[in-house]
Amino acid sequence: MIREFALNDVYYLLLAARWTLALTGLAFLGGGTVGLLVALLRVAPFAPLRIVGAGYVNIVQGIPLLAWLFVLFFGLPILAGVRVSPWIAATVAFSIYAGAFLGEIWRGCLRAIPRQQWEAGASLGLSFVEQLRYIIVPQAVRVAIPPTVGFLVQLIKNTSLAAVIGFIELTREGQLTTAATYRPFTVYIVVAAIYFAICFPLTQWSRRLERTLRVAR
Amino acid sequence: MSLVELHNVVKRFGANTVLDRVSLTVEAGEIIAVIGRSGSGKSTMLRCINGLEPIQEGRIVFDGETVDPATNLRKLRQRVGIVFQSYNLFPHLSVERNITLAPRVVKGMEREAARELAAGALARVGLAEKIDAYPDQLSGGQQQRVAIARSLAMQPQLMLFDEITSALDPELTGEVLKVLEKVAGEGMTMMLVTHEMGFARRVATRLIFMHQGRIWEEGRASEVLAKPRTPELETFLDAVLH
Repeated sequence: MIREFALNDVYYLLLAARWTLALTGLAFLGGGTVGLLVALLRVAPFAPLRIVGAGYVNIVQGIPLLAWLFVLFFGLPILAGVRVSPWIAATVAFSIYAGAFLGEIWRGCLRAIPRQQWEAGASLGLSFVEQLRYIIVPQAVRVAIPPTVGFLVQLIKNTSLAAVIGFIELTREGQLTTAATYRPFTVYIVVAAIYFAICFPLTQWSRRLERTLRVAR
Repeated sequence: MSLVELHNVVKRFGANTVLDRVSLTVEAGEIIAVIGRSGSGKSTMLRCINGLEPIQEGRIVFDGETVDPATNLRKLRQRVGIVFQSYNLFPHLSVERNITLAPRVVKGMEREAARELAAGALARVGLAEKIDAYPDQLSGGQQQRVAIARSLAMQPQLMLFDEITSALDPELTGEVLKVLEKVAGEGMTMMLVTHEMGFARRVATRLIFMHQGRIWEEGRASEVLAKPRTPELETFLDAVLH
């Protein structure tokens, strides 16, 4: 039975956008934690740690996000006999993925701080961790904010992939609405508009940060 | 016991030997000026003394303790200060925080006591009024003086100065040298790599000329500069003095 596309459907799409944002938030938290660890591993003064960090990034970036979603959602029940909900599969997959990218972004930001800053800290008797905490990270954060916000925008859009494992977020809700109304064009225009309304302000904010942080000390 | 002893120190970067069996002893209170062409190993020698660069052969002893990878670098670096050519102040911290960071973090000093310490160190370099400024609000000479104050605040027994006026305009060099001279006058043991021959002659108790990773000539500054014994030093002095 086909019904008309109505205002009610827009309302449901907006409700589904909450889950897009929730998944983004969880993935950003998980990915941020992993990313921080990866970035620190990659600048560690001990080669095996750097290799572990680089290995993680290479593996994750070499496998499509879609494959991670399928492996976690369909593969785990077969391989390990555990059933995972779409929520858990999506959160874990996006955290793994975001962790690698944020790790790379943040490593670059740590590396952007001149070697002499580390040296000045070392020669005052500060340990590696103290150099990071008091000298390197505070300077790197300024550098990191614009590309991090930029990545966040990517992450919001990429959560649409979670639709393939039945995670009901904005894109999945769009599919369901289309099936019921048979108005794909209208539905996806609304879906696109909602994504845009979320992402555009963030992109603008990121640009502004880039300008203001560049001139700030 | 000497404050610093270098015994046949060899430092290589890959196949390139930068320090070639360097031996040297420095007594407390001495002011050693190190001169030589770039690439002669002078900066590297300083950097080895506070453990910023590991050495491949030989032995470095500071105040009776051998400096090696097993050394407690945290302890060593509280006693050996270094000032760099490029100042290396922390741009995100005020002058006060630049100076108090290490005393507070490494020595666990209280905030108030640390601020007083910073004020005292700044007074010694003539910048008491800049305690709340940020590095980018200071001239190169002032930044370098803050870097000296930052190092002094750790109350080291030895100060290493690595070409600290080389990045400065000539008119700013003078104010930094004046501070150096004052610190020297207070009895600090110092080793300074420099291209300021006049300053070396006036302030140094001993002058070392390095060439191809070795100590080529050494002695009283006025004598070494007036009567070079080797053609290498003669050529070098000709180049820098004319």
